[in-house]
Amino acid sequence: MIWQLEFIILILIIFSGIGALMVKDLLGAGILFSAYSFMMCLLWAIMGAVDVAFTEASVGAGVSTVLFVAAIFRTTRRSKD
Amino acid sequence: MDPVIAFIIAKYNYWMYIILMMIGLCGMIIKKNLIKKIIGMNIFQTAIILFYISIAAKKNATIPIIAHAHGDGHAAVNAAGIINPLPHVLMLTAIVVAVATLGVALALAIKIYRQYHTLEEDEIISQIRE
Amino acid sequence: MKTFGIIAVVLCGALLIYGTVDFPEWGDPASPASTYVSPYYIEHSIPDTSVPNIVTAILADYRGYDTMFETAVVFAAGIACIFLLRIEKRDSPRSRLYRHIPTGVTIRIEQGGRLPEGSRDLERIDSVWVPYDLIIKTGCRLVIPFIQLFALYVIAHGHHSPGGGFQGGVIFGAAIILYALAYDLRTAQTHLPIRTSVLLSSTGVLIYAGTGALCLLLGANFLNYSALAGLLGVDPVTARSHGILIVEIGVALAVMAVMVGLYYIISSAGRLDEGL
Repeated sequence: MIWQLEFIILILIIFSGIGALMVKDLLGAGILFSAYSFMMCLLWAIMGAVDVAFTEASVGAGVSTVLFVAAIFRTTRRSKD
Repeated sequence: MDPVIAFIIAKYNYWMYIILMMIGLCGMIIKKNLIKKIIGMNIFQTAIILFYISIAAKKNATIPIIAHAHGDGHAAVNAAGIINPLPHVLMLTAIVVAVATLGVALALAIKIYRQYHTLEEDEIISQIRE
Repeated sequence: MKTFGIIAVVLCGALLIYGTVDFPEWGDPASPASTYVSPYYIEHSIPDTSVPNIVTAILADYRGYDTMFETAVVFAAGIACIFLLRIEKRDSPRSRLYRHIPTGVTIRIEQGGRLPEGSRDLERIDSVWVPYDLIIKTGCRLVIPFIQLFALYVIAHGHHSPGGGFQGGVIFGAAIILYALAYDLRTAQTHLPIRTSVLLSSTGVLIYAGTGALCLLLGANFLNYSALAGLLGVDPVTARSHGILIVEIGVALAVMAVMVGLYYIISSAGRLDEGL
């Protein structure tokens, strides 16, 4: 497909992946992880895997984010590193 | 110089997937917070799924759903013009197993927090050693 | 410890990059991954099963054994989560909090107290105070039936469009999670208690394995749906298509119940009294 689009989305994926691991606020890490998951779904839809992109959109950017936010709500939002 | 440039252009996307996998692995080993370790595990899993999907892609091919095929009179299907659907099937299973693992990992993190009142690995180890 | 980790990661990455030198070109139709079995699946999907979505046909028919065990894995994860965190509290809570809707006043009733008379405007709230949200409640109440209808459509139309059992089950579970978020966890539990969700998920796995066992009883191999042709009254090719639909319904039931159960347990840390 259009290689420029794939390249830009890959760069965004790498940056949000690194960001999700380096941010000190756990809620921000969860939201960045949800953005990472949604951009993965876009990349797979560009590569032609429509069933896998559908599953990742509903599971990764939906239920997985809700479970993360619920777990952070029940434990703590601060982290030391 | 030209063969090197051609080699890099042919293979750079595999290298970016491997960099993504190593980011996830790095996050699992180096980070001390439990939730960050779980996020690293999920990054690793989705990067592996991306690698498999990239194997299945074909140039100038269409998605693996055969159009206008209900009923009789199917046209001959050209196998080289349709994207390989087998890695897609394997990765569907991988995604669902990933979310199940995420659920159990978060439940374990909540239980550890209930017992030790912290989510940092070094504080938990110092509390166990007392 | 950190330097060990960084050295190990860099070594692993370098070995993997060294391994990509032999890889085929990106998008090559003659690569080894696309040569042995998948042309057979692509060309014989419609003559064998009459299902245009090749991914659904492979998932539920050609590789149906893997999908059955994957459904069992999802069921096991839901059960494990419940066993890890569930706390059964039999005594009533010490104090309950109520809000008077027209004025916004919050009252607390200690243990053994009774609600005041004329209490139709009182609603029960959680210990984490949130304001009264009429917009969210009304909006979600209007939208949730359509989300559930769309989930049923995705399950049923999985033969012709992207979709199938997993996706439809997760969307249905997400609709119930939205109901629990907009209202209260207690209100969602009056409609779908956790015991019912455990029962539904085991019913889903039972439907899947039961279809396979039914094919075995009717004389063919395990999970060979063409044996259902005599039972359903159609030719063997259409029987395989109907068998795929039946197992997709089983998968959707199991996945939906496990998603809802996971949310209930994690958002209330096992106590099932108040959620997000």
